[in-house]
Amino acid sequence: MRELALHLLDIAHNSVSARARNITITVIEDVQADRLRLAVEDDGCGMDAETVQRVVDPFVTSRTTRSVGLGIPLLKAAAEACDGSLKISSQPGIGTRIDIDFQHSHIDRMPLGDVAETILTLVIGCPDVHWRLVYQYGEGVFEFDDAPIKETLDGIPLTEPSVLGYLRALIRDGIDQIQVTADAI
Amino acid sequence: MDKVKTLEDLKRLREEALEKRKVKTASGQTQVIVGMGTVGIAAGARETLKAILDYIEQNNLSDILVRQTGNIGLDSFEPIVQVIIGENPKVTYGRVTPDAARRIMKEHVLNGQVVKEYKIEG
Repeated sequence: MRELALHLLDIAHNSVSARARNITITVIEDVQADRLRLAVEDDGCGMDAETVQRVVDPFVTSRTTRSVGLGIPLLKAAAEACDGSLKISSQPGIGTRIDIDFQHSHIDRMPLGDVAETILTLVIGCPDVHWRLVYQYGEGVFEFDDAPIKETLDGIPLTEPSVLGYLRALIRDGIDQIQVTADAI
Repeated sequence: MDKVKTLEDLKRLREEALEKRKVKTASGQTQVIVGMGTVGIAAGARETLKAILDYIEQNNLSDILVRQTGNIGLDSFEPIVQVIIGENPKVTYGRVTPDAARRIMKEHVLNGQVVKEYKIEG
């Protein structure tokens, strides 16, 4: 993966697979403290402690009753290479939260990339999930919640061409705004 | 085209979409499914999906169901796109770059011609 936004896309799909109804993605660019913090939180089926271990370290030779991928181990390695970390807190029946943080200015820190495209991909491709994005850059915050949009559309699909344009503009402009405002200070 | 931003504007879009549906003849649901497993994402599936959505928006195509799926076991062929039109059998395409996606939308989704170059047999 060449962008952290693609890692977020990957992790968010884990939440969908865990049958989550509500998924919140958080991006915090705390330039002052020189930290980049990402989080994906869901109310899916959750994992017990053994599964959390296996998810983070797939090279342990134990019985594999569930599929294990490299998405999380690779992201963990990327964070640790940037003076950061990846932490999972999960409870069966409640949900899972994955927190990843990096030194923002670390020379090896891969670009955040296109967060707007990632969110759009998730909202359109997994329409049965309630998606929220909280994007913080410095003091500015942009929050996106697809619930009021779906409520207003009341059955019209998100792939209706004019709605696609609306969603894309809403998310992109929202993120651009807080970055422009922050950089101007 | 005016950029719509408020929920009021969205309500208007909804009314327009409802009108469009009234005149549309029933011709079977078109589904476009993009593989978004870890391997797919690493291979560029997000950009493939973007090309599909852009095509839909630019050509004003309503009623195309776009979905994601996870890994379907064809890792070396990612990004994968599957097309189902009405009652026709599902067609699976492999190594679908954004350019390939545009061709599939134009030739298969709009004109019913399978794009053999990208089709995965079996």
